[in-house]
Amino acid sequence: MAQSYDRGAVESFGRWREFQAGMWAWILHKLTGWILVGYLFTHIAVLSTAVGVDPGAAATEVDTYTQTLQGLEGLLIVRFLEIGLLTVAVFHILNGIRLLFVDLGLGLDVQDASFYASLILTALITLSSLPTFLGGAL
Amino acid sequence: MSTQLEQETEIEEEPTESRESVAERLSEKRREQIQEDLDTAEKTIQLKVFRYDPEIEGKMEPRFDSFTVPFHKGMTVLDALIYARDRYDSSLTFRHSCRQAVCGSDALFVNGQQRLGCKTQLGDLEHPIRIEPLPHQDVVKDLVVDMQHFYDQMEAVEPYFDPDELPEGELEEQRQTPENREKVKLSTRCIWCGACMSSCNIAAGDNEYLGPAAINKAYRFAMDEREGTDRKKERLRIVEQEHGVWRCQTQFSCTEVCPKDIPLTEHIQALKRESIKNNLKFW
Ligand code: HEM
Ligand code: SF4
Ligand code: FES
Repeated sequence: MAQSYDRGAVESFGRWREFQAGMWAWILHKLTGWILVGYLFTHIAVLSTAVGVDPGAAATEVDTYTQTLQGLEGLLIVRFLEIGLLTVAVFHILNGIRLLFVDLGLGLDVQDASFYASLILTALITLSSLPTFLGGAL
Repeated sequence: MSTQLEQETEIEEEPTESRESVAERLSEKRREQIQEDLDTAEKTIQLKVFRYDPEIEGKMEPRFDSFTVPFHKGMTVLDALIYARDRYDSSLTFRHSCRQAVCGSDALFVNGQQRLGCKTQLGDLEHPIRIEPLPHQDVVKDLVVDMQHFYDQMEAVEPYFDPDELPEGELEEQRQTPENREKVKLSTRCIWCGACMSSCNIAAGDNEYLGPAAINKAYRFAMDEREGTDRKKERLRIVEQEHGVWRCQTQFSCTEVCPKDIPLTEHIQALKRESIKNNLKFW
């Protein structure tokens, strides 16, 4: 009778070097999707510091919310995380649109080209955002 | 049963040992023969072939054997395997029959991709050439895998033409419009080789998933206008079940490896849309 065993490098993710466009698109889409969900929680946490803020304090920028935001924006690492977030979101949206076309049965024979296009566009958008995100911080 | 998980014995080790010295155990005469072949060939090519035989003492440990074979222009991976079997080791086991990409016997994992041995030119590959049995299927011996599960999934979509009405005379043709023929044309090419199923990450994780080939087969009949609307509904019911079309995550692996160039992902997506339409339709 046949037996099964772990054939090491042959099995699924151990073969990542051999993955082609469609598979990479899938991995990156799931990854970016879940990163966005993770961001949603930190986003809510930061926004919640605005709850019950005294309008007087807010006007002079000494309320918790403004302080928290200014504190975060002052950290260089936060600026880089923001760039990362943009990259992740832009890729997810562009590849998401690609997947919607795939669902409609459009352009399936150029699915690899459209994946590369979303990567390149993501890179361009990220690069052009650098002055905005790093302005004043460097 | 297609949906039952079989009891399996797991052997955890990865094959590390590689025997380079197959030739050393051959007779003097055979070795001279091989040497002559190698000397007269354009060049020589090295194969690293997966070996495993759970029934023979000493072969139960998976390993790779190395064979040096003479290369001639136009030679395929299957030709090289046949040479290795005929000259080096008659116990080297693999399936083949037609040698022309028709019978679907020799889907193998060659240099990290599912390919048909008889349709893959040796000249197009990087050396040494690594030949393994199809991943995600149980290995029976050497390069032979157990295809039963794959066949069960194919059967599950009832892959038989089932028209609404038969033509009048017994010898009449069952006519189809050219447009409709065009629509199902590519899907009819499947040779049941199992390459697609083996490449599919979802099928690897979900043993009950019908898999690309079976869904393609369902497409072939569901889209055939000669079958009636009721039959089409039944066919859609099979593919829209939990382990049917909706498992597909459009990774395109199956489409990449299919030796008959069937646009599998496209057909799966078409059936997804078809089953949504079928369920929304209330008139
Ligand atoms: C315009 C914006 C967006 C578009 C066009 C989009 C598109 C898509 C599409 C088409 C899928 C399905 C992928 C598949 O077929 O496998 C998907 C999956 C996913 N999206 Fe988005 N998305 C967007 C925004 C977001 C946001 C803001 C989040 C997080 C809060 C998110 C989280 C996810 C996650 C986690 C998945 C994976 C779900 C799974 O594991 O199956 N997406 N997205
Ligand atoms: S669809 Fe292609 S890869 Fe899959 S079994 Fe048929 S011929 Fe082989
Ligand atoms: S030997 Fe028949 S398909 Fe390769």
